[in-house]
Amino acid sequence: MAGYRPSYSRVFLTFARNSLVRDMSFRTNFILQSISTVSWTIMNIGFYLIVFQYTDSIGEDTGWGRDEFFVFLATTWIINSLVQTFFMPNAQQFSELIRSGNLDFALLKPIDTQFVISFPRVDWAALSNLFMGLTLLGYSLFQLTTRETNPLILDWRAVLMYPFYIACGTVIMYSVMITLASTSVWLGRNQTLYNFWFYITNFSRYPMEIYKVGWGMALWVFFTFLIPVLLVVNIPARIMAKPLNTMETHYWQLAGYSIFATLICLTVSRRIFVRALKSYRSASS
Amino acid sequence: MTTAVSSSSSLSSRAKTWWTILRISLEERFVYRGDFALGTLMRFLPIITQVFLWGAIFAASGNNAIQGYTANAVVAYYMLTMISRAFSSMPGLCSGIALQVRDGEIKKYLIQPIDLLGFLLITRVAHKLCYYAIAIIPFTLVFYLCRGFFENGWPEATVLVAYGLALTMGFLLGFFIEASLGLVSFWFLEVTSLVFVYNLLNFFLSGHMFPLDLLPEWANQMVRLLPFQYLAYFPAAVFLGRIEQDELWFGLGVEACWLLAFVVLSRVMLNRGIHRYSGFGG
Repeated sequence: MAGYRPSYSRVFLTFARNSLVRDMSFRTNFILQSISTVSWTIMNIGFYLIVFQYTDSIGEDTGWGRDEFFVFLATTWIINSLVQTFFMPNAQQFSELIRSGNLDFALLKPIDTQFVISFPRVDWAALSNLFMGLTLLGYSLFQLTTRETNPLILDWRAVLMYPFYIACGTVIMYSVMITLASTSVWLGRNQTLYNFWFYITNFSRYPMEIYKVGWGMALWVFFTFLIPVLLVVNIPARIMAKPLNTMETHYWQLAGYSIFATLICLTVSRRIFVRALKSYRSASS
Repeated sequence: MTTAVSSSSSLSSRAKTWWTILRISLEERFVYRGDFALGTLMRFLPIITQVFLWGAIFAASGNNAIQGYTANAVVAYYMLTMISRAFSSMPGLCSGIALQVRDGEIKKYLIQPIDLLGFLLITRVAHKLCYYAIAIIPFTLVFYLCRGFFENGWPEATVLVAYGLALTMGFLLGFFIEASLGLVSFWFLEVTSLVFVYNLLNFFLSGHMFPLDLLPEWANQMVRLLPFQYLAYFPAAVFLGRIEQDELWFGLGVEACWLLAFVVLSRVMLNRGIHRYSGFGG
């Protein structure tokens, strides 16, 4: 028994397959959910199309024109859809497991508890936003590279770095989420998890330049260094949307720091999770 | 004489019933007061990002005002829609009705001398009263701290009266629209997707997402023909003084007509629905 090591990839594949089977048994619901996720994103575009009727860019001299910003928006959707597909349903379930005492069953399994908490449910319908994100990304990159004045030339380094930083961003988001979910051990119940999550990640949805005025600097520091959600979308979006050779030194520094921040977030959230488990007292007799 | 006595006693007993319902719901709601206050305060967080987003938009546009809104007015608008939504949003109403129809709990309204819509309305009033009693603290705090965004200060008395009316009718309109949606479950058991579409349209068309005046003219004209604007945009626009005096009373009149239409609709739906309904088992 001591040398037993479960195959994590196979367990994960089983989780994913089970979820897919489950989603497919309620096919209409699945389609409706996909449509609904997609409609939210379309509405979002609608909002920004209206905004860009009145301005050429978000922030003065920030370079976030319409198409650049749509790359930003696409990046937001891609990361959010990954989080919502793989982690969101599980984090919500985690608070419920604690409240009902069913966490006992997860603790008893011969596999890492954080793994078995984080991955059992895959919300395949949320993946529809990934396609929306990729479509918007493709469209706006096409617009950027084929525009007449100052067209963007895609750099192969940017193309390589983009998915890497998307992954980093997703990990940061996951860490924030699992930390929030862990607090339900102490709170007994955390129904507002989704709200908290929304309010915190809300700060990550805009180019960081907009915060760099007045007391926004404090927010910028807080959400870059303490809870680094501002790096999540900003770094990959900046790398992809604007030419790399014009990227300022401090952006490169932030990009480097972002890797470090990802590791720190993962470690800290792991520690909080383990500590939360230690404080867990089962609910039933 | 006897009829007079019995009718007055039935009236008083009815009032007593409603009062009991109100009291129970209030007590139920006050259990989670800490969660409430904190949750309400958190709800203002997105306003912070709006302040910076619109600051950046205005800075880049080079204009002081967009469609008559200054950067401050946009933020004030968003804050006011929070109040509008505090009145007009009805979390769980529609799905609650659908659930009661589906699992058969609705039978109790057929047996007991309680009217379903009346009961739900009173419960909702209790819910809202309780919500305001707690939420007034974070709301006052945030509005006091952000008073600078309200460049014109307090509106005059008549506008305030109209604002109060718009909010109250917004509450009732929100209630009866969602109740009607919930009652659809007599025909279709599953209304989740319907609720979703409603919430989606509501978010966009009520002006919760952005001031409706920013829409292109043709879209703006169309949106004004729908009832959604009364759930968020209209009260906020009244408070900001964006609606002329004569339009103000006309707007309130139209809102009252929408309200009446949905009251009638929900009544008719309830009656028809109950006739369709068949309950089985205990």
